[in-house]
Amino acid sequence: MGLTPRPEPALPSGQESWVTTKLDFLVNWARANSLWPMPFGTACCAIEFMATAASDFDLARFGMERMSFSPRQADVLICAGRVPFKLAPILRRIWQQMPQPKWAISMGACASSGGMFDNYAVVQGIDTIIPIDVYVPGCPPRPEGLLYGIMLLQEKVKKERAADPTLRNEMDPDPKSQLYIPPSVIDELSEPFGNSVHQTRSGL
Amino acid sequence: MSTPFTPYVAGSALGGDAAAPATQRHVPLHGGDANPSAGALVHQFGDAIRGVHVVRGETNVLVARERLLDVVRWLHAEPSQRYEYLSDVTAVEFRDPEQPIEVVWHLRSIAFRRFLRVKVELAPGGPLEVPSVWEVYKSADWMERECYDMFGIRFAGHPDLRRILMWEDYREGYPLRKDFPLRGRFSRSEQLRQALAADPEARYSMEELSVADAFEDLPDDMRRRLRAGEKAGE
Ligand code: SF4
Repeated sequence: MGLTPRPEPALPSGQESWVTTKLDFLVNWARANSLWPMPFGTACCAIEFMATAASDFDLARFGMERMSFSPRQADVLICAGRVPFKLAPILRRIWQQMPQPKWAISMGACASSGGMFDNYAVVQGIDTIIPIDVYVPGCPPRPEGLLYGIMLLQEKVKKERAADPTLRNEMDPDPKSQLYIPPSVIDELSEPFGNSVHQTRSGL
Repeated sequence: MSTPFTPYVAGSALGGDAAAPATQRHVPLHGGDANPSAGALVHQFGDAIRGVHVVRGETNVLVARERLLDVVRWLHAEPSQRYEYLSDVTAVEFRDPEQPIEVVWHLRSIAFRRFLRVKVELAPGGPLEVPSVWEVYKSADWMERECYDMFGIRFAGHPDLRRILMWEDYREGYPLRKDFPLRGRFSRSEQLRQALAADPEARYSMEELSVADAFEDLPDDMRRRLRAGEKAGE
């Protein structure tokens, strides 16, 4: 694949004082345990997300008591369901409206890769629109799966260091094309695979 | 402008002693009794009715394109027909390119408990245009837009024929046509670039923006509330 790995966080080694690391620990502990999700349910995965939030699985145990239906008071965007091209600019706008610190979870096969909808209307991977922290596989993922993804995100949050200069990198898209990864990479990522390589391009 | 609301009562035109509707069993694939409206149409319009077929107990009437609007108008207004409800407008394209594209209207008479499928065939190579039935059934508005969006069929006389499912400046064609590739015509990056170039807040037509113009048509209580300062939905 033509993907380049993300640059390693450039930590100023040995220069972090006891105070900063302890402060980091405190801040991360608070953040990780009070992530406010912005549920962006577009399809069937949203039903499973609701099950996760309801009493049996109870998202509130993880500090996600409050669903934020406004991006401006949210920490985690949980995209549950497929993203059609028509929704792409809206999703991008919602992501940009969320204040830092912010994270994103892509829930389900469709959001992560287009899933079985390898067609003219569905974005092949939400990560071509916004950066994603945790991908939860499954069609739909069981609530346990989503909870595991959330716990992974909490681990990630707990490892953040305020001294890391790349931490709150917004990854601004290219102003001309509005894409933030190169077109060739998008094409490569969206190549058909599995059964969908056999579909006819002409349709006849 | 608003007309008083009169409810349509199912079966009301059949008289008090009409049998209760029952689910039909063992319906043959072809043949059987045609909807009585089909005979009335042949009687009224003669040659303009190109054919009547009964498929699975449902009656399909093939109509000449030029007379479609007359036929629909008559079915709607004639007291012995009373097709009050247009439930669908769609189109069919067959795999065989020689076969014409069909545009299909599903009409329902609530008063008589009847269902009628009206079809118009569009010869291959000819213009993909049929008259809009919007002036008879206002519900045709979005259904015709969808049919236009997916098949590229133009509905002459439609007040606002724009795409409805795909975004308005979608340039790849008409997705449900047989010559449309499943993954679209452009590369994925180009599709994404075009989609992201859209401004999600610029998606309103002039009509949607001129809500204020429609103020006089609103019901009284709503007008009162709006005048008292209530916001018309955020
Ligand atoms: S991954 Fe499966 S359940 Fe989730 S949106 Fe796609 S089709 Fe629906």
